[in-house]
Amino acid sequence: MSSRRNRARQSGSSRITDEQINDLVSKLQSVLPEAGIRRNDRASAAKVLQETCNYIRSLHREVDDLSERLSKLLEESSSDQAAIIRSLLM
Amino acid sequence: MYRRSFKDTKSSLGSPNPNFSKPMVALRFLRALSLVRCSGPGARSPSYRARGIRRAAYACMAASAGPRRAWSRALLRKIRRRPGRGLRRPRAVIRRRRPVGGGDPLEVALRRLVPGGGCMEYCRLLEEAADYVKCLAMQVRLMQTIVDSASHVNSID
Repeated sequence: MSSRRNRARQSGSSRITDEQINDLVSKLQSVLPEAGIRRNDRASAAKVLQETCNYIRSLHREVDDLSERLSKLLEESSSDQAAIIRSLLM
Repeated sequence: MYRRSFKDTKSSLGSPNPNFSKPMVALRFLRALSLVRCSGPGARSPSYRARGIRRAAYACMAASAGPRRAWSRALLRKIRRRPGRGLRRPRAVIRRRRPVGGGDPLEVALRRLVPGGGCMEYCRLLEEAADYVKCLAMQVRLMQTIVDSASHVNSID
């Protein structure tokens, strides 16, 4: 934590206080799924960062997986469905 | 160099983006999907199509988030940069300074995961990460919905 304080002092004109950082960290915590961190106690910034990294990685994996499944589905689907989708979009 | 005060940071977190309603994102993504399908279903390998869908997903997500977010700009830059054109440096790139201290491994990891996160200040990184996670989660839910409904339709036939 002290390294961040030093960095804040060095950056000069943007006076970043710990309170502002904590505020942003809590906002970040609010978008994370609740299973990782218990909401009642204020998690440390390190834990929030760790959970965020894990969550982003898992979301990337899910996007890859869903892209694979979508490509298989588009391949298998009949031409009628593709025409339906296209007509809905036009 | 553009510096934002903390007040700007706070207001931008709450301000709604009209482009970023879930139906708009869905429509954009479906349109992109139809384009992927039209481009020769027989000629392409399935992995190529999957990569195209993934690229479309990230592009739609970034386009819907709007240019006000650094991560969406960085993502669109990365996607639109075609591979195989060779190394070229755009003239107008303003390289922001690298923040001091790569000491915290968690921060380094987060910078690598969030698009465009390499050159941000720490506060900006946290803010962008929160928005990125929100949009990414919504994109995943959207794709899951599409996959579910498409496989349900497939099973009916």
